[in-house]
Amino acid sequence: MSAQRLVSLRNISKIYPNGVTALENINLDVRAGETLTLLGPSGCGKSTILRLLEGLAQPSGGEIFWHDEQIKNNLGAVFQEATLMPWATVFDNVYLPLRLKGHSRINAKAAVEESLENVGLSHFTKALPRELSGGMKMRCAIARALVTKPSLILMDEPFAALDEVTRFRLNDDLLRLKEKLKATIIFVTHSVFESVFISTRIVVMSKMQGAIVEDFQVDSTLQRDENFRLSPRFNELSRQASTALNHAMHLSPRELML
Amino acid sequence: MKIIQEKNKIFDVVIPCAVFIASLLAWEAIVNIKNIPVYILPAPSAILTKLVEDRALLFSSLLVTLSVTLKALALATISGAGLALLLAQSKTIERALLPFAIILQVTPIIAIAPLLLVYLEPAKAVLVCAFLVAFFPILSNTALGLASVDRSLRDLFELYHASPWQKLIYLRLPAALPQFLTGLRIGGGLSLIGAIVAELAAGAAGQGTGLAFRIVEAGFRLDIARMFAALTLISATGLIIHGLLAVLTHYLLRNWHESAREQTE
Repeated sequence: MSAQRLVSLRNISKIYPNGVTALENINLDVRAGETLTLLGPSGCGKSTILRLLEGLAQPSGGEIFWHDEQIKNNLGAVFQEATLMPWATVFDNVYLPLRLKGHSRINAKAAVEESLENVGLSHFTKALPRELSGGMKMRCAIARALVTKPSLILMDEPFAALDEVTRFRLNDDLLRLKEKLKATIIFVTHSVFESVFISTRIVVMSKMQGAIVEDFQVDSTLQRDENFRLSPRFNELSRQASTALNHAMHLSPRELML
Repeated sequence: MKIIQEKNKIFDVVIPCAVFIASLLAWEAIVNIKNIPVYILPAPSAILTKLVEDRALLFSSLLVTLSVTLKALALATISGAGLALLLAQSKTIERALLPFAIILQVTPIIAIAPLLLVYLEPAKAVLVCAFLVAFFPILSNTALGLASVDRSLRDLFELYHASPWQKLIYLRLPAALPQFLTGLRIGGGLSLIGAIVAELAAGAAGQGTGLAFRIVEAGFRLDIARMFAALTLISATGLIIHGLLAVLTHYLLRNWHESAREQTE
């Protein structure tokens, strides 16, 4: 708990123009090195928190404190879909963040190639997105998010549309990359098992105005591999997260007030 | 599987060609069997003979019509795409200029042509007519393409603090390319129609070298075969313009856009 805070949300609320209150009075600290998972039912405001952090939406109330402006200006993000430019090659898609920062193709080449190697797409630099499988597209999106070497990576249900085998493999790869790059990750999901497998901390949100109903640590020293998935500890943590999620889905507004 | 695809491709070419040739043969046969006079309905062979006999006259007229069509298409492409870019920059500009573009679109060109002939010399009036017809589809399609960029990609560019110029070059222009090319293909056909319509209107005002004028002139002389010969050249020109623009579209989009891929697969 003593790790440096990267970003803090204070009394954040978000009311959309149609009157829907997505978030109300949210307080959350994100610390360096965490893999923080926002777990909750659809529509609970998980993605809204990411959009606020990404600067793609503005809070209706409260404040977001960035403890280091450099982190804010160099975020990595992976959306629900791979969001690749269909007309551009894998290389050009990964090169995009550096291109927008003014780096020439020659200067960026090494970084792009390293990022592609990290996700196992070294041999697909000239491929177009349509030539890639769903998992490969998502790897390309991850490579793009990592190419600027961000300290904070925001991932919005990136593997939700993938099959179970691909999802497991990408979960493994994500943890390996996190370890290698020493990055902090905020990960949105509604999968209990995924959240337990990848997280060092799970924040469970309720559908009622995105209230945080549970915030618990997952031992970061645990070895995250296939054995962990089959271990009693994994079952125990999954049960805890599942119970919290179930509780969050059946909370009444009155209970939230208490 | 590949053999089936090859067979389908052959059928795609062979069947329309066979039907077209059969239609011409039937036309030829009916004219000959019924002894229909050439001043009422010439046979395809008579039209072909006329095309060869009057080639100097008809092809010089074709060059005039083609020149007007291509100039109009070039002008419509530059100004249509340019205005679409301008409209995409600001809602205020869009609100100010769009009504004019819509008025031009909904007003029949045949009604505008006589007025243009009053204000402009005939050659310029014909060019302006053809331009006006081709302009709107290019404008509206390009504007639609620029406005319908994938939301997640827009978010991505926002996230990386892309400048308006970067968004235009790396996102909006490539994303709008399919719609722009659709507009160009529609504009290509319409610029020829606009040129012909304007030539017909201008024919009476003394502009008399394009293919449309040749049709009017041949009609006055009851030279029906020449009318058909001129019409054949107009249709062939339209087909060539359409074909060239389809090839350009396919070349630019074949690697990534579904519309071009469907033709390939």
